[in-house]
Amino acid sequence: MARYLLGRVLQGAFVLWAAYTLSFAVLFALPSDPAAIVAGTSNSVTPEQLDALRHELGIDRPLTEQYLTKLGGALHGDLGRSTQSGEAVSSVIGGAVPPTLAVTGAGFVLAVALGTGLAVLATVTGHGRLGRALLSLPPLGVAIPSFVVGLLLLQWFSFTWNLFPAIGEGGWRGIVLPAVTIAVQPAALIAQVLAKSMGDELGKDYVDVARAKGAGPFRVNVRHVLRNAALPALTLTGLLVGGLLTGAIVVEAVFSRQGLGQITQGAVSAEDLPVVQGMVLLGALVFVTVNIGVDLLYQVLDPRLAVERRTGRRSALFAFAGRG
Amino acid sequence: MSVTDLAPPAGGRLPEPESARGPGLRLRAGLRGLAGLLRRRPGLVLSLLWVGVVVVAAVAPSLFAPGDPLAVDTAARLRAPSPDHPFGTDRLGRDLFDETVHGTGRTLPAAVLATVIGLGAGSVLGLLAGFLRGAADLVIMRLVDVLLAVPGLLLALMLVSVLGKGDTVDVAVAIGVAAIASTARVMRAEVLRVSGSGFVEAARTGGARRVRVVLRHVLPNSMGPVWVLTMLLFGEAILGVTTMSFLGFGAQPPTPEWGSLVSSGRDFLGSAWWLSILPGTVVALTVLAANRVSRALDGERTGLR
Repeated sequence: MARYLLGRVLQGAFVLWAAYTLSFAVLFALPSDPAAIVAGTSNSVTPEQLDALRHELGIDRPLTEQYLTKLGGALHGDLGRSTQSGEAVSSVIGGAVPPTLAVTGAGFVLAVALGTGLAVLATVTGHGRLGRALLSLPPLGVAIPSFVVGLLLLQWFSFTWNLFPAIGEGGWRGIVLPAVTIAVQPAALIAQVLAKSMGDELGKDYVDVARAKGAGPFRVNVRHVLRNAALPALTLTGLLVGGLLTGAIVVEAVFSRQGLGQITQGAVSAEDLPVVQGMVLLGALVFVTVNIGVDLLYQVLDPRLAVERRTGRRSALFAFAGRG
Repeated sequence: MSVTDLAPPAGGRLPEPESARGPGLRLRAGLRGLAGLLRRRPGLVLSLLWVGVVVVAAVAPSLFAPGDPLAVDTAARLRAPSPDHPFGTDRLGRDLFDETVHGTGRTLPAAVLATVIGLGAGSVLGLLAGFLRGAADLVIMRLVDVLLAVPGLLLALMLVSVLGKGDTVDVAVAIGVAAIASTARVMRAEVLRVSGSGFVEAARTGGARRVRVVLRHVLPNSMGPVWVLTMLLFGEAILGVTTMSFLGFGAQPPTPEWGSLVSSGRDFLGSAWWLSILPGTVVALTVLAANRVSRALDGERTGLR
């Protein structure tokens, strides 16, 4: 197990390094002049001052040297300074994590609850009219842009019925609408995958055995089918968490909230490249960590995997999310 | 526009893209197929119709909205939807329906460009990885790993911050690059499958050169699953492009574009709901229709054959 874990961590570290290199190549190696961005458009900056600024930013040195220096800094958690505020990128991003975590965390719980509930309800009601009506909801949830979901919720719950505040933090009441907005797409995805996998499981022999032993529809669907069907749905988690992060960008714009999303939007507008790079790395870090976590969870939840590993057979489930 | 205008492309293309039948036969079969389809799959037919309408609106907006979308009429500001102004009017009295229809000409081409980039670059990378194997495969697939690890919108935002922010083309490129990874993986898997099959082996044994084997045998037989992806990617591209312009990157007001229309209507949410909700609904309907068509292409029995 320890060896397996080590392998996965090394793989993850490789992806992170590659993400760093890719973002460096895109953001800093392309012909653009960060010094001019920092100096702004004012005409009072002399060419000498620009040169001094370039020297200070280290962009007058050869590209490989810049890359190695920056990579070395990144390994120590130093991602440079924001060109907007001059603050360290790590503290800009770190300070914005809590408000975003509150919204995305609530959204994640809501998405899992809604998605699972919908899939189970649709499976229990079977091929009847209700089941089909329920199953038509997820495609709708995937298709509506989340900014439209947010604006619809605002329109109804804030302006028409006055139930929740339209903007700002405002304690738990302020979190409800953003969390629902962020939850719609992941919930729809969970419902789709889970409903399909429950349908597949229903055709298996153990279901007949459970029925023959007198288990009612609820017991069959929840205790037996759902537990087995949940494993394939678990693979989605990495994707979902990444989706929550980008969802936060939209939701924080719609509801005018502070957080990672707002920082990202601001950094892209102001061409604050170090902060943009920091966010890209955070996205990759979250994805890699979640996937390692999911893989480990698989080992615990599905004992067959551990046996396969010991006997040397490779399972498709082992494959890292990025492998074909 | 009537149902029959759309029938040939809709009915003729669905079963197999490269059907060798004559145009007349195809048309008649398509019409017959559509009649049956309408009975069995009304949702799919409506989706095809909607996609057709949107495409026409993008190519010839004046067909639906003859007026000038930017014509200001301060006397008729913030009017609710009515027969005169089906989508109402905005804060300068511009007709929102005209703006939305003309906005299609911004959103749709950007989404198409993004789809083409994602599909094209993804297919090439997948083909190279799957056919060359070895080191090329390793390098390409690790690159794909990274593209997958960074959430799509974040990747697009990173690209837009260097490419430029005020243009739909830049946004389209950014969204397209973010879509490369999934296409490359699908293509690679398919190329691996096809490369192992008998006819490729036969072509090789027959002395065909590698380039010929790839272009004549492997590529055409691997494109199926990629074509299926097209509509799915197209729907995602519409979501991506409108989200970017909602965030303020891409087409800038007063240029009408779906996402920026929704964005500029935000300030009037309490008083003039139609300003952002109606263009937003158009976006949602278009993505919904594209996804529905994509599911039909993805092996679901359409009733055509």
